[in-house]
Amino acid sequence: MSEIAPVVILVEDEKQIRRFVRAALESDGCHVFEADTVRQGLIEAGTRKPDLIILDLGLPDRDGIEFIRDLRGWSELPVIVLSARSEEADKIAALDAGADDYLTKPFSVGELSARVRVALRRRDKAGDDGATVTEFGGVRVDMVNRTVKRDGLPVHLTPIEYRLLTLLIRNAGKVLTHRLILREVWGPSHIESSHYLRIYMGQLRHKLEDNPAQPRWLLTEVGVGYRLAVE
Amino acid sequence: MADQRPNPDELLDRMQREEEKARRGKLKVFFGSCAGVGKTYAMLSAGKQRRAQGLDVVVGIVETHGRAETIALLEGLEVLPRKESEYRGKCLSEFDLDGAIKRRPGLILVDELAHSNAQGSRHPKRWQDVDEILAAGIDVYTTVNVQHLESLNDVVGSITGIRVWETLPDKVFEQADEVVLVDITPDELLQRLKEGKVYMPQQAEEAIKNFFRKGNLIALRELSLRRTADRVDNQMRTYRQEQSIETVWQTRESLLVGVGPSPGAEKIVRSASRLAAQLDVEWHAVYVETPRLQRLPGSERDRILRTLRLAHELGAQTASLAGQDAAQTLADYARSRNLARIIIGRDTQPSWIPWKHSFADQVGKVSPDMDVIQIARETPDGCQVSTKKLSAWHIAPRESWSSYAWAAGVCGVAAALASLVHPYFDLANIVMLFLLAVVLVAVRFGRGPAVLAAFVSVGLFDYFFVPPRLSFAVSDVQYLLTFAVMLAVALIIGQLTANLHYQARVASHRETRLRALYEMARDLTAVLLPQQIVEIGRKFIEGTFEVKVAILIADDEDKLPIIADGAHLTVDSGIAQWAFDHEEPAGFSTDTLPGSPILYLPLRAPMRTRGVLAVEPTNPRWLLIPEQRRQLDAFAALIATALERVHYIDVAQDALVRIESERLRNSVLSALSHDLRTPLTSLVGLADALTLTSPALSTAQLELAGAIRDQAFRMSALVNNLLDMARLESGEVKLNRQWQPLEEVIGSALKAREQPLSHHRVRISLPPELPLLEFDAVLIERVFCNLLENAAKYTLPGSEIRVEAGVDGGEALISVTDNGPGLLSGSEKVIFEKFTRGKKESDTPGVGLGLAICRAIVEAHKGRIWAGNTPSGGAYFTFTLPLGTPPTLADLPDEERQEYKGTRPE
Repeated sequence: MSEIAPVVILVEDEKQIRRFVRAALESDGCHVFEADTVRQGLIEAGTRKPDLIILDLGLPDRDGIEFIRDLRGWSELPVIVLSARSEEADKIAALDAGADDYLTKPFSVGELSARVRVALRRRDKAGDDGATVTEFGGVRVDMVNRTVKRDGLPVHLTPIEYRLLTLLIRNAGKVLTHRLILREVWGPSHIESSHYLRIYMGQLRHKLEDNPAQPRWLLTEVGVGYRLAVE
Repeated sequence: MADQRPNPDELLDRMQREEEKARRGKLKVFFGSCAGVGKTYAMLSAGKQRRAQGLDVVVGIVETHGRAETIALLEGLEVLPRKESEYRGKCLSEFDLDGAIKRRPGLILVDELAHSNAQGSRHPKRWQDVDEILAAGIDVYTTVNVQHLESLNDVVGSITGIRVWETLPDKVFEQADEVVLVDITPDELLQRLKEGKVYMPQQAEEAIKNFFRKGNLIALRELSLRRTADRVDNQMRTYRQEQSIETVWQTRESLLVGVGPSPGAEKIVRSASRLAAQLDVEWHAVYVETPRLQRLPGSERDRILRTLRLAHELGAQTASLAGQDAAQTLADYARSRNLARIIIGRDTQPSWIPWKHSFADQVGKVSPDMDVIQIARETPDGCQVSTKKLSAWHIAPRESWSSYAWAAGVCGVAAALASLVHPYFDLANIVMLFLLAVVLVAVRFGRGPAVLAAFVSVGLFDYFFVPPRLSFAVSDVQYLLTFAVMLAVALIIGQLTANLHYQARVASHRETRLRALYEMARDLTAVLLPQQIVEIGRKFIEGTFEVKVAILIADDEDKLPIIADGAHLTVDSGIAQWAFDHEEPAGFSTDTLPGSPILYLPLRAPMRTRGVLAVEPTNPRWLLIPEQRRQLDAFAALIATALERVHYIDVAQDALVRIESERLRNSVLSALSHDLRTPLTSLVGLADALTLTSPALSTAQLELAGAIRDQAFRMSALVNNLLDMARLESGEVKLNRQWQPLEEVIGSALKAREQPLSHHRVRISLPPELPLLEFDAVLIERVFCNLLENAAKYTLPGSEIRVEAGVDGGEALISVTDNGPGLLSGSEKVIFEKFTRGKKESDTPGVGLGLAICRAIVEAHKGRIWAGNTPSGGAYFTFTLPLGTPPTLADLPDEERQEYKGTRPE
């Protein structure tokens, strides 16, 4: 963490949830501002120069997704969404609108802290696109030379597999929806062909993961999309 | 060059025809010049041959006429039992149509296509039975004699002197897929007759004297050869058209036949049909009803309608038009339909009035651009009714005795007036008063009274005013002219006004019916219930025509009610159902069960048939009039459309209610889920937050906080299960099915259940050839989570859990197996019920919704789930998912595809 305490805006209408989220964030050294409506949240986001926004989707005045769309009009701030379990469609809509990650209620404080840390790290790295070499597990990806090595041995990836991998690396820690990946890797005409993505993700896991059936890095967010885990 | 290509419309038409043909069975006709040439024999031989080739051949009906050769052939062929029925004390055996269709052979042999069925059969003619068999997709072999062909019927009759009444429409013959001519020379046939191979010996003697004269046989043979040649010629032409060998595209010219009241009309219609067949064009037959013809007696009009029906059976399009001038109306019709030739019967005797043109001349005059063909009528014989005899006296509207009395009275008043003014006026002017009286009577009371008035006036004028007065004697001869003019004027005016009256009456009738149609349409628009439609329909149809009406509305299973509610008409539900199923009219005046006094019209709406309209006319002739039929059809169409509209109102309302209740349920569920989940989230979070407080908590306090958190998580899982079950049970869960590998969802389930499984070993073995499966990932993940959690819950720490999958038949089998204590015997099924647990009152947490949810999810995917114990004692849970056809990766570049198929690092 940098010496300046990161500023987090918490948009949530439930007082008890605000209370413990605030406690957790403050114990992690963040500076927290609270808002209980979309309107209030946008004002805070515009004035407090925040580093991260934690947003509940069900707010009394407007839909949380509208908040994200509005925010994305002028800011690339990381957004973590809090949502109920049975609302996959809402999660996807929020992610497609530009949210970075989501937490399903109920969640533990430990989970929250981990997600916040990842999001803040992503923000810190956002400035330097110069990171040309990425490592996770035993895998080393050199984006300049376009080589992938696993435990020091070269791994052959097809062009599509490579594009998929680099997309995940560029968005490490962030949840990418099926639609977004399909659009980025295959192009807009393949948005509905999600089985392509699933097959290629399977191949990538077989090439890069120790146990493809229980992946450690290339994680599935069931019904939503994929995420590359970061330490 | 472009002209040589077939016109696309024609091609499309031909393709449709061929498509229709392909669905139907094939009809093969064995065609011969007369009885005894061996048609049945040829048919049976051909049938046997097909049977030897392995086709399922049965004999529907064959008349052997006691011929030994034929009987011998029948051996070894399955003969369908005939249908016995009793009609007026006589026992009749007929071809069993329903039995034949039910038997569904590949080929059925049916003798004598032109045969007329016994009264009470479904169709009056056997060819209609055969048509139904063909429609059911069964092939038919049949036999036809040349004299039975409708269009040749009269020709054969004039050759042999014997008229055959069993006829076959030419279109049936034309549309046969194959025609085989069975031919032997007349000498050979006569020889066979003599040998008794055709008839029994005495019969044969009779036959040779009458029908089987050599001259007849030669003529019949020529006819049948020529008819077959015509057909072959047609086929050749069609073939050439299809192959586009040569430019034979003619502009299609069609024929128009004017059907008149004279008795030769039938012959004209037959000739026209032959002509049309030779020219291979379509033809129309039209009857123009002029005011004069409207006054024909019923029997005459019946004959015209019969002629029109004959034309229809011979393949013509028929119409009955109304107009002042027959020639003009006919020409207009021809022009509107683009018919270039008009066929008319030649007037038998030349008109004795020099300026009166024949009808053909009249037509030629109004349409100089069309060909008018005249055809000789049948030579008139005694039974003919000359049109002259159809005098005007038949149907004079409103001509009661009182109107004649009135006529006489008016004349009396005229005479009284005349005697008042007689001293001051000339006799010539006095005549005018009488003339006025005649005109008044003609206008008011019609022709008959007018004629009476004319005579009475002349008499009165003569008696009272013409000198010598008070006597009928006439002194001055010039008064005779006065009498003649008076009489002529009276008659002419009487005739004119009578026509006028009649037309006004016809017009007002039409107007009444149109108004009824309009009013019914208006009333039907406001209706919301089928019963109301039935009532309105019945009211208007019974009010407009002299009929009894019942309307039967089909239920959701396409069954008609046995009894129409509220109708005073007993319908035959069998015929009604037939009309409904076949979407064709049945009963009276149709081809199907015409013996019934009731006409059954299907109520055809745009989407489907809605029911049946049953109509029983008080006067049967009524339904034969095309105009009336058209109007009845219009009523039926209106009722059908109204029924359909009401049906869709119901559908829309149901849908609305369903959407509304679904929305309500969803909002209740999501409100509930929100309200339950929020405090649980707070509880979990606050318990966690407790551990973060400073100063740090003691170990005991930390344990307490952890316990609160765990219990809140359990509570949350329970709530999730309850809500899921509620959603699944309502049947409103929409599956988001996508093609995906099973591995992925198993992986995420294992990750989600990391904690409960932390003390177990999980082994996953999926065959690499396992195809993609189509399922809802979120729901199937739930199944795996629940099964894995269950396995962890009921086995000791350190046990092994295996997840396996395989393909069997059309489905994928997926199982989760443990090596724990297994299921209690007998509980394999019960555990999938709601609120069931492995052990009653055990300390294992959960309320037993997990497996019930699994079952609901798997069944929503059209799979099955079951459980049991493995031989080594552990429990297994297996579920299936349908395989389907996974999408391909068609448009991948080669390199990508190879990569996918080939390398799969272990």
